[in-house]
Amino acid sequence: MSDWLGPQEWMAVQLSLRVAFWATLVTLPPGLFIAHVLARHDFPGKQILNGIVHLPLILPPVVTGYVLLLTFGTRGPVGGFLQEFGIVFAFRWTGAVLAAGIMAFPLMVRAIRLSIEAVDPRLEQAASTLGASRLWVFLTVTLPLILPGVIAGAILAFAKAMGEFGATITFVSNIPGQTQTLPSAIYAFLQVPGGEDAALRLVAVSVVVAMGALILSEVLARRVQKRVGGA
Amino acid sequence: MSLSVSLQHQFAGLTLDVAFDAPPGVTVLFGKSGTGKTTIINAVAGLLKPQGGRISLDDRVLVDTAQGIWQPPHKRRIGYIFQEDRLFPHLTVQQNLTYGQRFAPKGAPRDALDQVVDLLGIAPLLSRRPNLLSGGEKSRVAIGRAVLSAPDLILADEPLAALDAARKAEIMTYFERLRDEMSTPILYVSHSVAEVARLATTVVAIENGSVARCGPAADTFADPAFLPLGAREAGALLEARVITHHDDGLSELEAGGVPLFLPHVPQAPGRSLRVRIAAQDVTLALDAPTRISALNVLSGRIDTIHAGAGPGAIVSVLTPAGPVLARVTARSVKALDLRPGLPVHAIVKTVSIAPEDVGG
Repeated sequence: MSDWLGPQEWMAVQLSLRVAFWATLVTLPPGLFIAHVLARHDFPGKQILNGIVHLPLILPPVVTGYVLLLTFGTRGPVGGFLQEFGIVFAFRWTGAVLAAGIMAFPLMVRAIRLSIEAVDPRLEQAASTLGASRLWVFLTVTLPLILPGVIAGAILAFAKAMGEFGATITFVSNIPGQTQTLPSAIYAFLQVPGGEDAALRLVAVSVVVAMGALILSEVLARRVQKRVGGA
Repeated sequence: MSLSVSLQHQFAGLTLDVAFDAPPGVTVLFGKSGTGKTTIINAVAGLLKPQGGRISLDDRVLVDTAQGIWQPPHKRRIGYIFQEDRLFPHLTVQQNLTYGQRFAPKGAPRDALDQVVDLLGIAPLLSRRPNLLSGGEKSRVAIGRAVLSAPDLILADEPLAALDAARKAEIMTYFERLRDEMSTPILYVSHSVAEVARLATTVVAIENGSVARCGPAADTFADPAFLPLGAREAGALLEARVITHHDDGLSELEAGGVPLFLPHVPQAPGRSLRVRIAAQDVTLALDAPTRISALNVLSGRIDTIHAGAGPGAIVSVLTPAGPVLARVTARSVKALDLRPGLPVHAIVKTVSIAPEDVGG
């Protein structure tokens, strides 16, 4: 594939896969936590939390990217603090992970929350009367039952992270080999004369990756569903 | 192990204010639907925080609102058999059964899996998943799962309600075995007289959110004034022993030296049984009846007469077999001049005793 794709294109594909992989992995634990909180608990301010989680879905991605730049930029309050420990997001591939993760987060939370709400809370009660603490109930009853939803949420997040453009380019720019993800590369190729061929090849890769992810999620979800007993 | 409950809780349309003790054996919380029985056992299990009250298991305080004590459900060590089976669909029967074991404290006396599996007859099901089980099988697994979590107390909330008559009889047998073979006390919610009559050691009758009556089962049911579900459901319990099975399909039992003939019962000769005699199936006669078709005649003396609101009255008769209730009309009470102390004969048709009225 590296013969077929030029070095810049190949770098963009690799970077996008890496960014999407890490963005999915890093958002999964907080995604599970927030989804569980939203699905199973009532507390003052729940609607506000729900709103904040969904904000990246509604805001223009450029705005999200700019807010990230203001917050996590080297002169931003959080970014400046983290820089003291050698952690830098702005204009690095890690920043692309952050941007993609935040953009994918609401999609993941929605999918997981729906699957948690579909779990009969009476099963969780039964587990607690059998001696399982809240954490154990989640790990041994809730999590296995929502696994198809978690897989769906993760794949959705992965696909979103692969395609994230606006927030990424605003936050970490479009530096080939460093922060140029697949969509940024397509955009860049379309800006120069004669770049259409390269752009088209990347479009083909995007389609293949997206379809692959979709099929994988179907297969996994079906396998898990079978193991769960089709309940 | 003995449970002590005192609760006050107010919710839509009902004020619950109850206090009772559940000694070892089966304590049945008995009463019509919607009188707060499930609320009580949910409070005992920790699935509901009562507004006021104290619940303790021997010295262990589960709830004391005055002192701000509230133990979460997973620390209470109470096995709960729900109205629905609530089995975990993603686990096999065996994994469901052993789910609670990993959380039981190390030193807890635990019933061996094999023993419980044998008792409930679920050995062939162990590798299956719950969605492949029948209703009765699911109930048995749910019972086993609660028992195997090494609980100090077992709660059962109308566990037979969702089953058909045949399954009911089957599962009731398992509860009888649990009562007789395990030492764990059971708090059992029911609105079925047959279930209470067969299972209860102690009866706690709940009416409109308060305890109407509380005491040993036989005493409670022998009281003609105890009509929690109306006079139609009144009936006393006799403790009887199987003598022999006859060729014509009858089983001969003995209670206090008096022979009792019942339609065939499955228990072997020598086994003790509890027989519920419904008050409306009992006829009273002043003279010893001769040449009648009914096979059971229990002679005794009238203890009390409880006049009802309608045309009926409940007469309690002390016989050598135990107290028997008879539901007769007020007119007959007057015509025969029935009064306490009068010798009478209580006549019970054999065929009027249904299988669900008889249990170990």
